[in-house]
Amino acid sequence: MRDTADTAVLRARGLRKEYGTGEGLVRAVDGVDLDVAAGETVAVMGPSGCGKSTLLHLLGGLDRPSSGEVWLGGRRIDQIGERALARVRRTDVGIVFQAFHLMDELTAVENVELPALLAGRSPSVARRQAASLLERVGLADRAGFLPSALSGGQRQRVAIARALSNEPLIVFADEPTGNLDSAATVDVLRLFDSLRVAGQTLVIVTHDARIAATADRLISMRDGAFVDETRLTGGSTGQLGALVGLEG
Amino acid sequence: MQQEVVLAMLAKEPSHGYQLRERLRQALGPLGDAMNAGHVYVTLTRLERAGLVAAEPPTAARERPDRKTYGLTPAGQQRVAEWLAEVSWPKPDLAEFHLKLIAAAAAGLADPLTIVDTQRRELLRRLRDAQRAAMAEPDGTDAALLLEGIVLRLQADLRWLEACEQSWNGRGSRS
Repeated sequence: MRDTADTAVLRARGLRKEYGTGEGLVRAVDGVDLDVAAGETVAVMGPSGCGKSTLLHLLGGLDRPSSGEVWLGGRRIDQIGERALARVRRTDVGIVFQAFHLMDELTAVENVELPALLAGRSPSVARRQAASLLERVGLADRAGFLPSALSGGQRQRVAIARALSNEPLIVFADEPTGNLDSAATVDVLRLFDSLRVAGQTLVIVTHDARIAATADRLISMRDGAFVDETRLTGGSTGQLGALVGLEG
Repeated sequence: MQQEVVLAMLAKEPSHGYQLRERLRQALGPLGDAMNAGHVYVTLTRLERAGLVAAEPPTAARERPDRKTYGLTPAGQQRVAEWLAEVSWPKPDLAEFHLKLIAAAAAGLADPLTIVDTQRRELLRRLRDAQRAAMAEPDGTDAALLLEGIVLRLQADLRWLEACEQSWNGRGSRS
């Protein structure tokens, strides 16, 4: 069933995920409602253990909720069968992990084209797309390198290119800068910003304020629930002057 | 901006006010836009009155009088040397925010966590602005270095807010 009344690419209603029973019951995600519009970048921030990674797994079809609904592109995905869910993960969703999760024995371009091949694209189309994605993330000259020959920042950029392989409805990123030094973080920030400008729908969970600050909308999560939400609009470098004692 | 900054920028060589402004712009990049155009001139006038700089007579008769060339006096040179040796550092007033949380909680006037959330929103907005400016700035410029300082400082403040959040959240669940 397709809900035509709204433009939300992603919608969650009453989402819960519980582990254990009785005294040991943990409510990792405790009643989350979320709408993400097409082209929107949303960051979910919170301390470790607040449930943000679990939430991302539920939203991205990597795990199933204890209760509640997840809609992706107007289609409810929390109750569909395993094979259908696997197809959603392959074609509708791109995921970027903290630890990159690249295949060590494949080159950069082979890693990037893999999702397209799994989705049934022809090898030549998949390779052409992968090459252009690597160019987009600034790594055209590293296409033939194995992940072990790349820096952490470069590996994450390859992982981002891979996440874009099937032109997904939405890209999820779980602490994408968690394993990166400051300079590599800036590269990844620039890349996410360019995705945002290009209109890619993006959900990032992180406790890195730098990456959260690149989002259109920022949600704070505590104890499995959303506690605060804000749109980071407006502002100018004129106000920044006050931060360094340059009021005039 | 402190008078000493204008004074120290003059130490390289006697300069016109507009040359000083140009040097500041280079060093500050987009942050220099916040500078009031007249500020340098006002400061130079004050410094002249204090005897720290002196206007040199125009070299050519047709030179406009408002384009005075200023240079450091011996007293000015000494002040610059003192200023370079000072270890003053801008102090963020963390105690005020800290006491705000304590007072709000003690009187039951507001939830400290709400205050933390509101403050975080403001800092994230500033971080976003600083980061946009930093990403737009070419690597390796003086302005990029200053923007990095702002970003790092805001990150530190945000981490402290996170600690505030965890502490006050814990107190909430104990009571």
